[in-house]
Amino acid sequence: MEERITLQVARYRPEQESKPTFEEYEVPLREEWAVLDGLNYVKDRLDGTLSYRWSCRMGICGSCGMTVNGEPVLTCAAFLSDFAPGPVRVEPLRNFPVIRDLVIEMTDFVHKLGRVKPWIVADDEAPPEGAHGEYLQTPEELEEYHQYSMCINCMLCYSACPVYGLDQSFVGPAAIALAQRYNMDSRDAGNALRMAELSGHDGVWGCTFVGECTSACPKGVDPAGAIQRYKVTAATEAAKSLLLPRAAEK
Amino acid sequence: MSTSTDPGFQARLYRPPVPRFWWARRRSYLLFILRELSSLFVAWFVAYLLVLAYAVGQSESAYQRFLDWSANPFMIALNAVALGFAVLHAVTFFQAAPQATVVRLRGRRVPPTLLAGPIFAAWVVVSGFLIWLVVLA
Amino acid sequence: MSGRSGRSGPKRSAEPFIWLGFSAGGVVAALAIPALLFLFGLAFPLGWIDPPDHAHLDAVVTHAVTRLALLGLCVLSLIHFAHRFRFTLIDGLQLRRYDQLIAAGTYGTALVGSVLAGYVLFFAI
Repeated sequence: MEERITLQVARYRPEQESKPTFEEYEVPLREEWAVLDGLNYVKDRLDGTLSYRWSCRMGICGSCGMTVNGEPVLTCAAFLSDFAPGPVRVEPLRNFPVIRDLVIEMTDFVHKLGRVKPWIVADDEAPPEGAHGEYLQTPEELEEYHQYSMCINCMLCYSACPVYGLDQSFVGPAAIALAQRYNMDSRDAGNALRMAELSGHDGVWGCTFVGECTSACPKGVDPAGAIQRYKVTAATEAAKSLLLPRAAEK
Repeated sequence: MSTSTDPGFQARLYRPPVPRFWWARRRSYLLFILRELSSLFVAWFVAYLLVLAYAVGQSESAYQRFLDWSANPFMIALNAVALGFAVLHAVTFFQAAPQATVVRLRGRRVPPTLLAGPIFAAWVVVSGFLIWLVVLA
Repeated sequence: MSGRSGRSGPKRSAEPFIWLGFSAGGVVAALAIPALLFLFGLAFPLGWIDPPDHAHLDAVVTHAVTRLALLGLCVLSLIHFAHRFRFTLIDGLQLRRYDQLIAAGTYGTALVGSVLAGYVLFFAI
């Protein structure tokens, strides 16, 4: 007989309950199965009413993030056999409102992403120097920001961040890391534009360097390090504008 | 966008409450809050240092009274705990510092883990100097 | 882009400067406190090491360079304490709505402590 493992899945159906409950499902324990495969088995064979998000199954789309046994993980990259003999507790990502079952509301994050301008801001006075009007970049310049560009917007770092859990106005780890991804890009001229958001009231200063965002990140982005580095940048700029007010006005 | 601002949709969202002592739920959060509480013992050390400096500046007998006071079991217990937190602060701070600092050698960023070595060496040198200044000089 | 509590933008915010003080305080506290606390809190009281005689310690403490160094250590350590403890209270106990009161209390304590340190180190000894 095939080995099986129990999934304890958080269910929240707002039309019938005011807070989440847990339901247990037995799924096959196969060596190559991730938690997401277990959930798909439940959806296909046991209970078609279960709601959750997923897409690529290969750690790229960033949509299957959930809380498994208390840890924020991509369910496509967390294998059932690592939790044997179980049970495996599957809950929605923490720190976000829950729409239904394992589906969280991410509007707040999407808005924050837009506020830090995560795109290349062109400098109109310094057009691209390439022969055909393209931006040139050396491998060393690429290396400066490459790590931060690996972010897949999966929101595991927001789920791990207690500061965001306590104060939803905090811009948060991924948005700051993505802002740094562009700040450190040699083709970008948007540093000053992003500073109001990053160094403002809801920006980097609320971070107390718990460091859990970096531990949670499935792509090795290190948002905690990005935030610390930005604090140094912002403090240096603030000190400069205090000591050399005229230079800062330019 | 219309759903996210619709009051009916908002009312049906479940917002999990954050427990007041949220940091007791996870080992890493607990370690974080202990690290943060080290600041209380930093403040205690400043007070203790000022009492010591004052006593030394007053007279030999005041300094002797300070030494007697510091030897009572309550003070020893308090300072043992304070030393534990001071070391926790130092270790965590020196581990965190390289994350914020960018040092370049030949145009390349030196990996933060390599910066920890010189920082901890500086700690040993400063500690050695202070002990020498107080006890041996 | 307006802040929740109507606080001014980054240009006039005190946060970057407080953070610089917090960081500098963290460094000096980490470098100096463990060794000094080990000596005066445990090693001398427990008799592991003989305490220095009064004349030597008096000469060290009243030296101008020592006074300045100790004042720097005290002031920066107090700023470090105030900033970190402020966040311990507003995050650790979920008292963010009292941030202004807590900030006044913690930074106020650091200010009073710094004045006291200046008095002790430069006028009382």
